Amino acid sequence: MKHLLSAADLDREGALALLDVAEQMAATQAREIKKLPTLRGRTVVNLFFEDSTRTRISFEAAAKRLSADVITFSAKGSSVSKGESLKDTALTLQAMGADAVVLRHSASGAAHRLAHAGWSRVGVLNAGDGTHEHPTQALLDAFTLRRRLRERSGGDLGGALDGARVAVVGDVLHSRVARSNVLLLRTLGADVTLVAPPTLLPVGVETWPCRTSWDLDAVLPEVDAVMVLRVQRERMGGGGFFPSAQEYARRFGLDGRRLRLLPEHALVMHPGPMNRGLEISAEAADSPRSTIVEQVSNGVAVRMAALYLLLAGEDAA
Amino acid sequence: MASARPVLEAPEISRVLTRIAHEILERNRGADDLVLLGIPTRGAHLARRVAERLVAAEPGAGPVEDLVGSLDVTMHRDDLRRHPVRALGRTDVPPRGVDDRVVVLVDDVLASGRTVRAALDALSDLGRPRAVRLAVLVDRGHRQLPIRADHVGKNLPTAAQESVQVLLEEVDGQDAVVISGPGESRPPASAGPTGESR
Amino acid sequence: MSADQTPARTTATGEDAPALLVRRAALLGGEATDLLLEGGRVARTAPGGSLEAPAGARVVEAEGLVALPGLVDLHTHLREPGREDAETVLTGSRAAAMGGFTAVHAMANTDPVADTAGVVEQVWRLGREIGLVDVRPVGAVTVGLAGERLAELGAMATSAARVRVFSDDGRCVADPVLMRRALEYVRSVDGVVAQHAQDPRLTEGAQMHEGVVSSVLGLRGWPAVAEEAVIARDVLLADHVGSRLHVCHVSTAGSVEIIRWAKARGVDVTAEVTPHHLLLTDELVRGYDPVYKVNPPLRTRADVEALRAAVADGTVDVVATDHAPHPVEDKDCEWAAAAMGMTGLETALSVVQEALVETGLLGWADVARVLSSAPARIGRVADHGRPLAEGEPAHLVLLDPSARREVVPEQHATQGRNSPFRGLELPGRVVATVLRGRPVVLDGALVGDDGGSR
Repeated sequence: MKHLLSAADLDREGALALLDVAEQMAATQAREIKKLPTLRGRTVVNLFFEDSTRTRISFEAAAKRLSADVITFSAKGSSVSKGESLKDTALTLQAMGADAVVLRHSASGAAHRLAHAGWSRVGVLNAGDGTHEHPTQALLDAFTLRRRLRERSGGDLGGALDGARVAVVGDVLHSRVARSNVLLLRTLGADVTLVAPPTLLPVGVETWPCRTSWDLDAVLPEVDAVMVLRVQRERMGGGGFFPSAQEYARRFGLDGRRLRLLPEHALVMHPGPMNRGLEISAEAADSPRSTIVEQVSNGVAVRMAALYLLLAGEDAA
Repeated sequence: MASARPVLEAPEISRVLTRIAHEILERNRGADDLVLLGIPTRGAHLARRVAERLVAAEPGAGPVEDLVGSLDVTMHRDDLRRHPVRALGRTDVPPRGVDDRVVVLVDDVLASGRTVRAALDALSDLGRPRAVRLAVLVDRGHRQLPIRADHVGKNLPTAAQESVQVLLEEVDGQDAVVISGPGESRPPASAGPTGESR
Repeated sequence: MSADQTPARTTATGEDAPALLVRRAALLGGEATDLLLEGGRVARTAPGGSLEAPAGARVVEAEGLVALPGLVDLHTHLREPGREDAETVLTGSRAAAMGGFTAVHAMANTDPVADTAGVVEQVWRLGREIGLVDVRPVGAVTVGLAGERLAELGAMATSAARVRVFSDDGRCVADPVLMRRALEYVRSVDGVVAQHAQDPRLTEGAQMHEGVVSSVLGLRGWPAVAEEAVIARDVLLADHVGSRLHVCHVSTAGSVEIIRWAKARGVDVTAEVTPHHLLLTDELVRGYDPVYKVNPPLRTRADVEALRAAVADGTVDVVATDHAPHPVEDKDCEWAAAAMGMTGLETALSVVQEALVETGLLGWADVARVLSSAPARIGRVADHGRPLAEGEPAHLVLLDPSARREVVPEQHATQGRNSPFRGLELPGRVVATVLRGRPVVLDGALVGDDGGSR
C-alpha cells in the first residue's frame, strides 16, 4: 500500500487484511508496554491544514506507539486561496526526509493531489479531505462494528459485516465520513441506508451503492447499527439546508424515543464531535449501546495498522 | 523440483518432536512453570505438537491450552524494509502470562538467528520470564548473531544458496523437511511465510 | 513588449502583399484547386495544377491539404493588459495563427477591464502592430464586469476597435433588468450581447458539474440548471425586445433544447460550444487534476453527444475556443484553489476534426461555417469568414487532415501549458495560415519566428 486516499482504494481482501492487522495492534495496546519498535527510523509528518485535535492526536499516538518519529505541522488559517502552500509544504517535507504524510485539508482531493501531482514521493494517508473522504474513520467504524456484530456470524470477524444493516443519518452532502463509510461498508458486505433530509443528500446519490430514506422512524427498527453524523449549525440560515435546529432534531435527531425503536442488539455510533441535543440526545449518546468512546480508542489501533501497511515494507512496495 | 530432496519425512518429524518434548521436561525437571511459545506460522503449530506430547508424557502438566501460546515477532524484525509488507501473526499468551515462568520459544528453522532476536524483544514486551530457551526443528547453520538453540530436532548443514523448507500438515497438507537448490521453485501448497532463512 | 520587436508582417489592407500561389489545395475538402493570392485578395481560382505562378510569386504546394477560410474565434482570452504572466497579445496571436485563426475576439476580463474605448483601442492596436491575426476586442457589458451599470458600449463601438461583441464573460449579467437594457442598447450599434450564462446563486463555490462524479468526489456541484435557467430567461428577453443574443460556451443538453426551441420560435439567438465540451467529460475530474477545471464545467457524455448533434443540426452556430491560458502555479495546486480555464487555440481544429468530422457529423464546408463564416457574421467581422473565391479577402488556413499528433503543451506557442488534451493523439495539423495574402504560418511554423521573445 503506497497511499491510503479513499476507502475505494481497498478491496475486500485488502480491507480485511488491514482490519486484521488492526486487531493485532489493538492486542498490543492492551499490554503494559504499548510501544513497538516497528517503524523505528521512519518519519511521519502530521500535516493538518484544518483543525482536528482528535484526529491529529489519534494519528500521533499511533505513529509514536510504532516508534516512528512524528512531526506535527499545523498550518491552520492557511486558506484555500493560498493553495500553493500545499505544494511548497510537500517539497519541504520531502527535503526533510518524511516517509509518510498524514494530511488533513479543507479541499476535497488535497490528499489525492499530494500523492499524485508529482510534487514528492512520500506516502500519503488521507486524514480527511474537504467533503470527500476520511478513510481511517470508516475503517475504525468498521473495526468497531465488526467486533460488536461478530456474534451474528458465529464469531467470525471476516464475515462479520456480511448482510449487516447500517443506517447513516444526517448531513451526507458535506460528510467525508459518510462517503468513506458507504464505500467501505459495502466492500465488507453490509447494506447501508442513508437517512437525511433531501437537501443534505447529494445529487447523484442514487448511483451510490446504498439505499436512501427520508424517514428515520421507518429505518431504525431494521438496522444493526445507526451511525449519526455531525450536523453543523452553520448549514442553516440563508439558503439553509434545513429550517431550524429544533425541526432537524425532531425529524432526524436520535433521541430516547427513537433509541427504543432500534432492535435490542443495535449499536449507536457517532464519529464525533457530537452536537448533543441536535443530531443526538444525551440519552442516546450515553446509552450502553453507544460505541462512541470505543470508536475513539479503536481509532489508534486502526491508524497503527494503516501506518504499518504504508511504511513497514520495502520502499518500492 | 528435480534437486529438491526431502531430508525428514513425517514419521521422523514425529519422533523428533517427541524427543524434544522429553528433553524439555528433563531440562526443566518437570513441567512446572513451563510455557511454550511458537513463532507463527509453523513454529506455532510445532509448539502445540510439542505441548501435546509434553502433556502425554507428564499428565500433571495440565491442559495444553495453559502450556502453549504463540508469539508473533513481525513487528520486532530488523528486516521489515527489505521485504513487502508482511501480514501479522497472532500473539496468544496462556492465561498465566510469562512472568517468572520458563519460556521455550519454538520455531521451525534456525538460521541467521534474527527471528529469535526479534522474539526475545517481543517477549520482553510481554513480561519478564525466569528463563528463555529455544527449540527448533531444524538448525541449518549460517548464524549471524550469537544465538544457539537448546533443543534441536536435526542439524542440517547446508550451502547458503540452498533453501530449507518445513512443511506441516496443518498448513501445507503434509509433514516434511525439504532442501532445494538455488533457483528452485518452492514446494506447492506453502501457505503463509515459510521458515526459510531464519 | 513593443511593436519594434515584432516586424509588422501585414499592413491594414495587405495591398502590398507579394503574390502567393497555393497549388492543388482541396478547397473545403473538395476538388484540388489552385488559389492565386494577390494584393491581400484572392485574385484567381482555377482547377488544381492549371495556374502558372507569376514572376516573383511564392508557391505553396498544398496537395493533400484542405483549404478553409481563415478561422475566426469568437471567444479568446489574451489576458493583456494585466495578466501578461498568463498570456500577451503577442503570444496569444502566435497561438491563434498556429491554430489556423486569422481573427480572434479578445475577451474583456482583463485588468483594467475592457470597458472603455481606451482599453479596447489599446488591445486592438497591439494586435494590429503584431499583425499575425486580427484582434477584435470584446467590450464589457457592465463597468468593471461588476454587473451594476452599463459600460459605455457606444463609445467602444465607435472607437477605432469598432467593438460589436459585448460580454462580461467570466461573469454572468445576472440582473434581468440590466440584461434587458444591454440587449436593447446594443441594437443601436448592430452589436450583440454574448452572455456567460451562469446563475451566480446556484453556483456559489461550485467546483464541477453536479452529478454522479461530484457526489463521489465531494466537490461542490455546478448544476446544469444554473446555465439553462439564464439561457431560458435571456432568449425570452431577446425575443421581447427584438435583440440579438449570443450564448457563450453552451455546455448542457438542456441548454441545447432551449436554444433549439428559441430558434424555432424565431428568436435572434446564436450559440457557441467549446472544443473541450465536445470531447471531454466530468469523468476526467476523478483524478482531481485542475487542468480539467473550467467554467462552465466539463459535463457528462450525454451532454457531449447533445452538443455534437447541436452543432451538426445548426442549433449551435459556432465552435469557439474559450482559450484561457493560466500560469503554471494557478493550476499546480489543489482543485479548489486552482483557476478555471483551458488553452484551446492550437488544438481547436484538431478537436473539431476528431469530434465532428471523423464522426461524420460535419464536412469540411461545415467546419468552415462553424469556425469561420458564422463567428465572423455574429461578430460583424466584415472581411473574415468569406468564401475562398475571386475578389474575396485572402485569409486562409491549410491543414493536413491525415496527420496525427500527440498534444504536447510545451510545444505550443501560447504561454499557457494548461491544455486538457495533453497526451491525447489528435488528427489534423495546421500547415499554413495566411492573413491578407501573407503567410504567417508555413510548414507548421510561424513565419520569421526566432522562437524567442515570448
